[in-house]
Amino acid sequence: MRLNTFYAVFSLLLLTGCASTSNTWGWYVINPNTPSGLANIKFLLNGFGATISLSVIAALMSMAIGLFVALPSISQNRWVRLPSRVYVEIIRAIPLLPMLFWVFYGLPVIFKSMGLNISIDPFWGAIITLAISDSAFTAEIYRSGIQSVSKGQTEAAKTVGLNYVQTMRYVILPQAIRRILPPLANQFIYIVKMSAFASVIGMQELTRRANELVVTEYRPLEIYTLLILEYLVLVLIISFGVRWLERKMDADESK
Amino acid sequence: MPSTQHAIEITGLNKWFDDFHALKDINLTISQGERVVICGPSGSGKSTLIRCINDLETHQSGEIIVDDTQANIGMVFQQFNLFPHLTVQQNLTLGPMKALGLSKADAEERAMKFLERVRIPEQADKKPRHLSGGQQQRVAIARSLCMSPEIMLFDEPTSALDPEMIAEVLDVMTDLADDGMTMIVVTHEMGFARKVADRMVFMDGGEIIETGTPKEFFSTPKSKRCKLFLEQILQH
Repeated sequence: MRLNTFYAVFSLLLLTGCASTSNTWGWYVINPNTPSGLANIKFLLNGFGATISLSVIAALMSMAIGLFVALPSISQNRWVRLPSRVYVEIIRAIPLLPMLFWVFYGLPVIFKSMGLNISIDPFWGAIITLAISDSAFTAEIYRSGIQSVSKGQTEAAKTVGLNYVQTMRYVILPQAIRRILPPLANQFIYIVKMSAFASVIGMQELTRRANELVVTEYRPLEIYTLLILEYLVLVLIISFGVRWLERKMDADESK
Repeated sequence: MPSTQHAIEITGLNKWFDDFHALKDINLTISQGERVVICGPSGSGKSTLIRCINDLETHQSGEIIVDDTQANIGMVFQQFNLFPHLTVQQNLTLGPMKALGLSKADAEERAMKFLERVRIPEQADKKPRHLSGGQQQRVAIARSLCMSPEIMLFDEPTSALDPEMIAEVLDVMTDLADDGMTMIVVTHEMGFARKVADRMVFMDGGEIIETGTPKEFFSTPKSKRCKLFLEQILQH
Protein backbone atom coordinates (compact mmCIF):
# COMPACT_ATOMS: atom_id res chain seq x y z
CA MET A 1 0.00 0.00 0.00
CA ARG A 2 2.82 2.39 1.02
CA LEU A 3 4.87 1.19 -1.90
CA ASN A 4 2.06 2.04 -4.31
CA THR A 5 2.08 5.61 -3.12
CA PHE A 6 5.81 5.62 -3.57
CA TYR A 7 5.53 4.41 -7.15
CA ALA A 8 2.78 6.93 -7.86
CA VAL A 9 4.88 9.87 -6.64
CA PHE A 10 7.96 8.44 -8.30
CA SER A 11 6.37 7.88 -11.70
CA LEU A 12 4.80 11.33 -11.59
CA LEU A 13 8.24 12.87 -11.18
CA LEU A 14 9.56 10.50 -13.83
CA LEU A 15 6.89 11.53 -16.31
CA THR A 16 7.33 15.24 -15.79
CA GLY A 17 11.03 14.68 -16.20
CA CYS A 18 10.74 12.72 -19.43
CA ALA A 19 8.19 15.07 -20.90
CA SER A 20 10.39 18.04 -20.23
CA THR A 21 12.45 19.19 -23.20
CA SER A 22 14.88 21.17 -21.11
CA ASN A 23 17.78 19.32 -19.60
CA THR A 24 16.77 20.18 -16.04
CA TRP A 25 15.67 16.61 -15.49
CA GLY A 26 17.54 13.66 -16.88
CA TRP A 27 15.70 10.66 -15.61
CA TYR A 28 17.53 8.34 -17.99
CA VAL A 29 20.09 7.94 -15.26
CA ILE A 30 17.63 5.87 -13.24
CA ASN A 31 15.30 4.72 -15.99
CA PRO A 32 14.53 1.08 -15.26
CA ASN A 33 13.87 0.44 -18.97
CA THR A 34 17.49 0.91 -19.90
CA PRO A 35 20.16 -1.54 -18.72
CA SER A 36 22.36 1.18 -17.26
CA GLY A 37 19.44 2.91 -15.54
CA LEU A 38 18.32 -0.39 -14.03
CA ALA A 39 21.83 -1.10 -12.81
CA ASN A 40 21.95 2.35 -11.22
CA ILE A 41 18.61 1.81 -9.45
CA LYS A 42 19.77 -1.55 -8.15
CA PHE A 43 22.98 0.03 -6.92
CA LEU A 44 21.06 2.72 -5.03
CA LEU A 45 18.37 0.45 -3.58
CA ASN A 46 21.01 -1.97 -2.36
CA GLY A 47 21.84 0.64 0.28
CA PHE A 48 18.61 -0.17 2.12
CA GLY A 49 20.17 -3.25 3.70
CA ALA A 50 23.02 -1.28 5.27
CA THR A 51 20.85 1.67 6.36
CA ILE A 52 18.30 -0.63 7.99
CA SER A 53 20.76 -2.92 9.74
CA LEU A 54 22.80 0.09 10.87
CA SER A 55 19.68 1.73 12.33
CA VAL A 56 18.22 -1.38 13.93
CA ILE A 57 21.45 -2.48 15.64
CA ALA A 58 22.23 1.08 16.79
CA ALA A 59 18.68 1.48 18.12
CA LEU A 60 18.85 -1.78 20.07
CA MET A 61 22.23 -0.82 21.54
CA SER A 62 20.94 2.63 22.38
CA MET A 63 17.95 1.10 24.19
CA ALA A 64 20.24 -1.11 26.25
CA ILE A 65 22.70 1.68 27.12
CA GLY A 66 19.80 4.06 27.79
CA LEU A 67 18.29 1.77 30.41
CA PHE A 68 21.67 1.32 32.03
CA VAL A 69 22.02 5.11 32.26
CA ALA A 70 18.39 5.77 33.25
CA LEU A 71 18.16 3.44 36.26
CA PRO A 72 20.77 5.28 38.40
CA SER A 73 19.27 8.61 37.31
CA ILE A 74 16.09 7.90 39.33
CA SER A 75 17.96 7.07 42.52
CA GLN A 76 17.26 9.01 45.72
CA ASN A 77 21.00 9.32 46.20
CA ARG A 78 22.51 12.28 44.37
CA TRP A 79 25.93 10.62 44.05
CA VAL A 80 24.35 7.67 42.28
CA ARG A 81 22.44 10.07 40.02
CA LEU A 82 25.46 12.21 39.19
CA PRO A 83 27.30 10.00 36.64
CA SER A 84 24.09 9.50 34.65
CA ARG A 85 23.39 13.21 34.69
CA VAL A 86 26.91 14.00 33.46
CA TYR A 87 26.72 11.34 30.75
CA VAL A 88 23.40 12.64 29.41
CA GLU A 89 24.48 16.28 29.47
CA ILE A 90 27.78 15.63 27.69
CA ILE A 91 26.59 13.16 25.08
CA ARG A 92 23.57 15.31 24.26
CA ALA A 93 25.83 18.28 23.67
CA ILE A 94 28.10 16.62 21.10
CA PRO A 95 26.93 16.85 17.47
CA LEU A 96 26.81 13.49 15.74
CA LEU A 97 29.27 14.27 12.95
CA PRO A 98 32.22 15.31 15.15
CA MET A 99 31.54 12.33 17.38
CA LEU A 100 31.61 10.07 14.34
CA PHE A 101 34.99 11.50 13.29
CA TRP A 102 36.30 11.11 16.80
CA VAL A 103 35.26 7.46 17.05
CA PHE A 104 36.36 6.52 13.56
CA TYR A 105 39.63 8.44 13.27
CA GLY A 106 40.47 9.28 16.89
CA LEU A 107 39.66 6.17 18.86
CA PRO A 108 42.05 3.87 16.89
CA VAL A 109 44.88 6.24 17.86
CA ILE A 110 44.06 5.70 21.53
CA PHE A 111 43.91 1.96 20.96
CA LYS A 112 47.28 2.09 19.26
CA SER A 113 48.86 4.05 22.12
CA MET A 114 47.64 1.29 24.42
CA GLY A 115 49.41 -1.23 22.25
CA LEU A 116 46.16 -2.58 20.84
CA ASN A 117 45.90 -3.00 17.11
CA ILE A 118 42.19 -2.40 16.71
CA SER A 119 40.90 -0.67 13.61
CA ILE A 120 37.29 0.38 13.52
CA ASP A 121 35.38 -0.50 10.37
CA PRO A 122 32.80 1.98 9.08
CA PHE A 123 29.84 -0.24 9.95
CA TRP A 124 30.68 -0.68 13.64
CA GLY A 125 32.11 2.82 13.95
CA ALA A 126 28.80 4.21 12.76
CA ILE A 127 26.75 1.89 14.95
CA ILE A 128 28.72 2.67 18.12
CA THR A 129 28.51 6.41 17.47
CA LEU A 130 24.81 6.38 16.65
CA ALA A 131 24.06 4.19 19.67
CA ILE A 132 26.01 6.34 22.13
CA SER A 133 24.73 9.60 20.73
CA ASP A 134 21.15 8.35 20.83
CA SER A 135 21.44 6.70 24.24
CA ALA A 136 21.36 10.08 25.99
CA PHE A 137 17.91 10.61 24.54
CA THR A 138 16.62 7.09 25.21
CA ALA A 139 17.87 7.44 28.80
CA GLU A 140 15.74 10.56 29.21
CA ILE A 141 12.75 8.77 27.68
CA TYR A 142 13.16 5.89 30.14
CA ARG A 143 13.64 8.27 33.05
CA SER A 144 10.49 10.26 32.41
CA GLY A 145 8.54 7.05 31.75
CA ILE A 146 9.66 5.46 34.98
CA GLN A 147 9.09 8.63 36.97
CA SER A 148 5.55 8.87 35.63
CA VAL A 149 4.72 5.71 37.60
CA SER A 150 3.63 6.86 41.05
CA LYS A 151 5.87 6.47 44.07
CA GLY A 152 3.08 4.51 45.76
CA GLN A 153 3.75 1.63 43.36
CA THR A 154 7.33 1.28 44.56
CA GLU A 155 6.15 1.47 48.17
CA ALA A 156 3.45 -1.14 47.63
CA ALA A 157 5.99 -3.43 45.94
CA LYS A 158 8.30 -3.01 48.90
CA THR A 159 5.57 -3.89 51.40
CA VAL A 160 4.87 -7.16 49.56
CA GLY A 161 8.53 -8.06 49.85
CA LEU A 162 9.84 -7.37 46.35
CA ASN A 163 13.48 -6.36 45.98
CA TYR A 164 14.71 -3.61 43.64
CA VAL A 165 15.09 -5.79 40.56
CA GLN A 166 11.74 -7.49 41.08
CA THR A 167 10.03 -4.15 41.67
CA MET A 168 11.43 -2.79 38.41
CA ARG A 169 10.68 -5.92 36.44
CA TYR A 170 7.18 -6.79 37.64
CA VAL A 171 5.75 -3.46 38.80
CA ILE A 172 7.44 -0.34 37.44
CA LEU A 173 8.68 -1.19 33.93
CA PRO A 174 5.47 -2.91 32.76
CA GLN A 175 3.61 0.30 33.61
CA ALA A 176 6.29 2.65 32.32
CA ILE A 177 6.56 0.82 28.99
CA ARG A 178 3.27 2.33 27.80
CA ARG A 179 4.75 5.79 28.16
CA ILE A 180 8.17 4.74 26.90
CA LEU A 181 7.41 2.84 23.70
CA PRO A 182 5.86 5.57 21.53
CA PRO A 183 8.65 8.14 22.09
CA LEU A 184 11.21 5.36 21.73
CA ALA A 185 9.77 4.43 18.34
CA ASN A 186 9.91 8.09 17.33
CA GLN A 187 13.53 8.10 18.35
CA PHE A 188 14.08 5.23 15.92
CA ILE A 189 12.99 7.50 13.07
CA TYR A 190 15.65 9.94 14.22
CA ILE A 191 18.30 7.19 14.11
CA VAL A 192 17.33 6.17 10.59
CA LYS A 193 17.78 9.75 9.40
CA MET A 194 21.02 10.27 11.30
CA SER A 195 22.45 7.05 9.83
CA ALA A 196 23.05 9.06 6.65
CA PHE A 197 26.11 10.53 8.40
CA ALA A 198 27.73 7.10 8.23
CA SER A 199 28.34 7.89 4.55
CA VAL A 200 31.17 10.27 5.44
CA ILE A 201 33.26 7.49 6.98
CA GLY A 202 32.74 5.29 3.94
CA MET A 203 29.77 3.20 4.99
CA GLN A 204 28.00 2.02 1.83
CA GLU A 205 24.46 2.89 2.87
CA LEU A 206 21.81 4.82 0.96
CA THR A 207 23.45 8.24 1.05
CA ARG A 208 26.96 7.01 0.27
CA ARG A 209 25.73 5.11 -2.79
CA ALA A 210 23.85 8.16 -4.02
CA ASN A 211 27.00 10.28 -3.61
CA GLU A 212 29.11 7.77 -5.48
CA LEU A 213 26.64 7.61 -8.34
CA VAL A 214 26.42 11.40 -8.56
CA VAL A 215 30.17 11.56 -8.98
CA THR A 216 30.11 9.20 -11.97
CA GLU A 217 26.80 10.23 -13.55
CA TYR A 218 26.67 14.00 -12.86
CA ARG A 219 22.90 13.88 -12.25
CA PRO A 220 22.54 15.11 -8.65
CA LEU A 221 18.92 16.25 -8.99
CA GLU A 222 17.51 12.88 -10.03
CA ILE A 223 19.71 10.79 -7.80
CA TYR A 224 19.18 12.87 -4.66
CA THR A 225 15.45 13.02 -5.39
CA LEU A 226 15.40 9.24 -5.39
CA LEU A 227 17.52 9.25 -2.23
CA ILE A 228 15.02 11.46 -0.44
CA LEU A 229 12.19 9.21 -1.57
CA GLU A 230 14.07 6.21 -0.21
CA TYR A 231 14.26 7.78 3.26
CA LEU A 232 10.68 8.97 2.99
CA VAL A 233 9.43 5.44 2.37
CA LEU A 234 11.48 4.06 5.23
CA VAL A 235 10.37 6.70 7.71
CA LEU A 236 6.72 6.57 6.65
CA ILE A 237 6.66 2.82 7.22
CA ILE A 238 8.11 3.31 10.70
CA SER A 239 5.72 6.11 11.59
CA PHE A 240 2.77 3.96 10.58
CA GLY A 241 4.22 1.31 12.86
CA VAL A 242 4.41 3.87 15.68
CA ARG A 243 0.83 4.96 15.05
CA TRP A 244 -0.31 1.33 15.16
CA LEU A 245 1.61 0.77 18.38
CA GLU A 246 0.02 3.81 20.03
CA ARG A 247 -3.46 2.67 19.02
CA LYS A 248 -2.77 -0.81 20.35
CA MET A 249 -1.57 0.58 23.68
CA ASP A 250 -4.66 2.76 24.00
CA ALA A 251 -6.81 -0.28 23.28
CA ASP A 252 -4.99 -2.32 25.92
CA GLU A 253 -5.31 0.53 28.37
CA SER A 254 -9.11 0.55 28.14
CA LYS A 255 -9.39 -3.23 28.49
CA MET B 1 -6.15 -9.18 74.44
CA PRO B 2 -2.61 -8.00 73.78
CA SER B 3 0.18 -10.01 75.31
CA THR B 4 3.00 -8.56 77.38
CA GLN B 5 5.49 -9.36 74.58
CA HIS B 6 6.62 -6.29 72.72
CA ALA B 7 5.99 -6.14 68.98
CA ILE B 8 7.45 -2.70 68.32
CA GLU B 9 9.54 -0.50 70.56
CA ILE B 10 10.12 3.08 69.46
CA THR B 11 12.50 5.22 71.51
CA GLY B 12 13.59 8.82 71.00
CA LEU B 13 12.55 8.88 67.35
CA ASN B 14 13.21 12.12 65.47
CA LYS B 15 12.63 12.82 61.81
CA TRP B 16 13.19 15.87 59.71
CA PHE B 17 12.11 16.63 56.15
CA ASP B 18 14.88 19.14 55.39
CA ASP B 19 14.12 21.89 57.92
CA PHE B 20 10.74 20.55 58.94
CA HIS B 21 10.81 18.63 62.21
CA ALA B 22 8.17 15.99 61.38
CA LEU B 23 8.55 13.69 64.38
CA LYS B 24 9.72 14.97 67.75
CA ASP B 25 11.15 12.54 70.25
CA ILE B 26 8.58 9.79 69.80
CA ASN B 27 8.45 7.03 72.42
CA LEU B 28 5.91 4.30 71.88
CA THR B 29 5.81 0.61 72.71
CA ILE B 30 3.27 -1.66 71.11
CA SER B 31 2.58 -5.16 72.41
CA GLN B 32 1.95 -8.22 70.29
CA GLY B 33 -1.70 -8.42 69.35
CA GLU B 34 -2.37 -4.85 70.41
CA ARG B 35 -4.66 -2.65 68.33
CA VAL B 36 -3.51 0.94 68.36
CA VAL B 37 -5.38 3.78 66.69
CA ILE B 38 -3.40 6.93 65.95
CA CYS B 39 -5.35 10.12 65.38
CA GLY B 40 -4.66 13.80 65.19
CA PRO B 41 -4.98 16.79 62.88
CA SER B 42 -3.51 16.53 59.39
CA GLY B 43 0.21 17.22 59.25
CA SER B 44 0.65 15.97 62.80
CA GLY B 45 3.07 13.20 61.77
CA LYS B 46 0.75 10.17 62.09
CA SER B 47 1.44 8.82 58.62
CA THR B 48 5.13 9.62 58.85
CA LEU B 49 5.32 7.64 62.09
CA ILE B 50 3.88 4.45 60.67
CA ARG B 51 5.85 4.87 57.45
CA CYS B 52 8.99 4.95 59.59
CA ILE B 53 7.98 1.66 61.20
CA ASN B 54 8.14 -0.25 57.91
CA ASP B 55 11.11 1.63 56.49
CA LEU B 56 9.27 3.67 53.86
CA GLU B 57 10.82 6.71 55.55
CA THR B 58 14.25 7.03 57.08
CA HIS B 59 14.72 8.72 60.43
CA GLN B 60 17.61 10.80 61.74
CA SER B 61 17.77 9.75 65.36
CA GLY B 62 16.23 7.29 67.77
CA GLU B 63 15.44 3.61 67.42
CA ILE B 64 12.63 1.48 66.08
CA ILE B 65 12.98 -2.12 67.25
CA VAL B 66 10.63 -4.63 65.71
CA ASP B 67 10.59 -8.01 67.47
CA ASP B 68 12.09 -10.87 65.46
CA THR B 69 8.87 -12.83 65.64
CA GLN B 70 6.98 -9.87 64.22
CA ALA B 71 9.26 -9.06 61.31
CA ASN B 72 6.60 -9.30 58.57
CA ILE B 73 4.83 -5.99 58.38
CA GLY B 74 1.91 -5.45 56.03
CA MET B 75 0.68 -2.05 54.97
CA VAL B 76 -2.52 -0.62 53.57
CA PHE B 77 -2.32 2.78 51.92
CA GLN B 78 -4.80 5.61 51.64
CA GLN B 79 -4.58 5.47 47.83
CA PHE B 80 -4.71 1.62 47.74
CA ASN B 81 -1.61 1.46 45.50
CA LEU B 82 -2.81 -1.67 43.73
CA PHE B 83 -0.79 -2.68 40.67
CA PRO B 84 -3.03 -1.41 37.86
CA HIS B 85 -1.54 -3.58 35.10
CA LEU B 86 -2.25 -6.81 36.98
CA THR B 87 -5.52 -8.56 37.74
CA VAL B 88 -6.77 -8.69 41.31
CA GLN B 89 -5.48 -12.23 41.66
CA GLN B 90 -2.08 -11.34 40.20
CA ASN B 91 -1.88 -8.44 42.64
CA LEU B 92 -2.24 -10.96 45.43
CA THR B 93 0.10 -13.64 44.08
CA LEU B 94 3.03 -11.43 43.03
CA GLY B 95 4.56 -11.05 46.50
CA PRO B 96 4.04 -14.68 47.62
CA MET B 97 5.50 -16.02 44.36
CA LYS B 98 8.46 -13.67 43.96
CA ALA B 99 9.36 -12.88 47.57
CA LEU B 100 8.23 -16.01 49.40
CA GLY B 101 8.93 -18.44 46.56
CA LEU B 102 5.49 -20.06 46.56
CA SER B 103 4.38 -22.02 43.50
CA LYS B 104 1.74 -20.40 41.29
CA ALA B 105 -0.90 -22.90 42.44
CA ASP B 106 -0.14 -22.35 46.13
CA ALA B 107 -0.08 -18.58 45.71
CA GLU B 108 -3.42 -18.65 43.89
CA GLU B 109 -4.97 -20.83 46.53
CA ARG B 110 -3.77 -18.43 49.19
CA ALA B 111 -5.04 -15.46 47.15
CA MET B 112 -8.52 -16.95 46.86
CA LYS B 113 -8.58 -17.70 50.57
CA PHE B 114 -7.97 -14.04 51.41
CA LEU B 115 -10.25 -12.72 48.68
CA GLU B 116 -13.02 -14.77 50.32
CA ARG B 117 -11.98 -13.35 53.64
CA VAL B 118 -12.50 -9.79 52.32
CA ARG B 119 -15.64 -11.01 50.54
CA ILE B 120 -14.80 -10.38 46.89
CA PRO B 121 -13.63 -13.73 45.43
CA GLU B 122 -15.76 -13.10 42.32
CA GLN B 123 -13.56 -10.12 41.34
CA ALA B 124 -10.36 -12.19 41.06
CA ASP B 125 -9.89 -11.86 37.31
CA LYS B 126 -10.72 -8.16 36.99
CA LYS B 127 -8.28 -5.29 36.74
CA PRO B 128 -8.34 -3.02 39.81
CA ARG B 129 -9.75 -0.04 37.89
CA HIS B 130 -13.00 -1.93 37.29
CA LEU B 131 -13.58 -2.19 41.03
CA SER B 132 -15.14 0.38 43.35
CA GLY B 133 -12.91 2.19 45.82
CA GLY B 134 -14.14 0.05 48.70
CA GLN B 135 -13.48 -3.12 46.76
CA GLN B 136 -10.01 -1.89 45.76
CA GLN B 137 -9.13 -1.20 49.37
CA ARG B 138 -10.32 -4.66 50.37
CA VAL B 139 -8.12 -6.15 47.64
CA ALA B 140 -5.22 -4.12 49.06
CA ILE B 141 -5.91 -5.57 52.51
CA ALA B 142 -6.03 -9.08 51.05
CA ARG B 143 -2.78 -8.43 49.20
CA SER B 144 -1.07 -7.57 52.49
CA LEU B 145 -2.58 -10.60 54.25
CA CYS B 146 -1.19 -12.91 51.55
CA MET B 147 2.29 -12.13 52.90
CA SER B 148 1.29 -13.54 56.33
CA PRO B 149 2.16 -10.39 58.26
CA GLU B 150 2.35 -10.35 62.04
CA ILE B 151 1.76 -6.60 62.09
CA MET B 152 -0.59 -4.61 59.88
CA LEU B 153 -0.24 -0.88 59.35
CA PHE B 154 -3.17 1.10 58.01
CA ASP B 155 -2.50 4.61 56.70
CA GLU B 156 -5.88 6.37 56.57
CA PRO B 157 -7.44 3.42 54.76
CA THR B 158 -10.86 5.01 54.37
CA SER B 159 -9.92 8.63 53.68
CA ALA B 160 -10.02 8.27 49.89
CA LEU B 161 -13.33 6.41 49.89
CA ASP B 162 -16.85 7.59 49.19
CA PRO B 163 -18.87 7.55 52.43
CA GLU B 164 -21.02 4.58 51.44
CA MET B 165 -17.93 2.40 51.01
CA ILE B 166 -16.27 3.12 54.32
CA ALA B 167 -18.30 0.56 56.27
CA GLU B 168 -17.32 -2.41 54.10
CA VAL B 169 -13.62 -1.67 54.63
CA LEU B 170 -13.99 -1.06 58.36
CA ASP B 171 -15.92 -4.34 58.69
CA VAL B 172 -13.03 -6.24 57.16
CA MET B 173 -10.60 -4.46 59.50
CA THR B 174 -12.76 -5.25 62.52
CA ASP B 175 -12.68 -8.91 61.47
CA LEU B 176 -8.89 -8.82 61.42
CA ALA B 177 -8.77 -7.19 64.82
CA ASP B 178 -10.93 -10.00 66.23
CA ASP B 179 -8.30 -12.47 65.02
CA GLY B 180 -5.69 -10.96 67.30
CA MET B 181 -3.39 -9.40 64.73
CA THR B 182 -1.17 -6.52 65.83
CA MET B 183 -2.68 -3.46 64.16
CA ILE B 184 -1.65 0.16 63.97
CA VAL B 185 -4.31 2.26 62.33
CA VAL B 186 -4.12 5.91 61.39
CA THR B 187 -7.71 7.00 60.97
CA HIS B 188 -10.35 9.60 61.71
CA GLU B 189 -13.05 6.93 62.05
CA MET B 190 -13.75 7.33 65.74
CA GLY B 191 -16.59 4.79 65.74
CA PHE B 192 -14.13 2.16 64.57
CA ALA B 193 -11.56 3.33 67.09
CA ARG B 194 -14.02 3.07 69.97
CA LYS B 195 -15.01 -0.44 68.94
CA VAL B 196 -11.62 -1.91 68.09
CA ALA B 197 -8.75 -0.01 69.71
CA ASP B 198 -6.93 -1.21 72.81
CA ARG B 199 -5.20 2.12 72.94
CA MET B 200 -5.58 5.56 71.40
CA VAL B 201 -2.60 7.70 70.48
CA PHE B 202 -3.18 11.39 69.85
CA MET B 203 -0.54 13.28 67.87
CA ASP B 204 -0.15 16.95 67.07
CA GLY B 205 2.77 18.91 65.65
CA GLY B 206 4.96 15.80 65.35
CA GLU B 207 4.57 14.83 69.00
CA ILE B 208 2.56 12.26 70.88
CA ILE B 209 0.35 14.42 73.06
CA GLU B 210 -1.50 11.72 74.89
CA THR B 211 -2.31 8.02 74.89
CA GLY B 212 -5.01 6.09 76.69
CA THR B 213 -7.77 3.52 76.42
CA PRO B 214 -10.63 4.59 74.14
CA LYS B 215 -12.81 4.95 77.21
CA GLU B 216 -10.59 7.51 78.96
CA PHE B 217 -9.58 9.10 75.69
CA PHE B 218 -13.09 9.91 74.50
CA SER B 219 -14.67 10.71 77.86
CA THR B 220 -11.88 12.53 79.65
CA PRO B 221 -9.16 13.77 77.29
CA LYS B 222 -6.36 15.31 79.35
CA SER B 223 -4.89 17.86 77.01
CA LYS B 224 -6.53 20.94 75.59
CA ARG B 225 -5.41 20.18 72.03
CA CYS B 226 -6.91 16.72 72.20
CA LYS B 227 -10.18 18.06 73.56
CA LEU B 228 -10.36 20.57 70.72
CA PHE B 229 -9.58 17.90 68.14
CA LEU B 230 -12.28 15.58 69.46
CA GLU B 231 -14.82 18.38 69.53
CA GLN B 232 -14.10 19.19 65.90
CA ILE B 233 -14.14 15.62 64.71
CA LEU B 234 -17.12 14.39 66.71
CA GLN B 235 -19.25 17.46 65.98
CA HIS B 236 -21.16 15.92 63.12
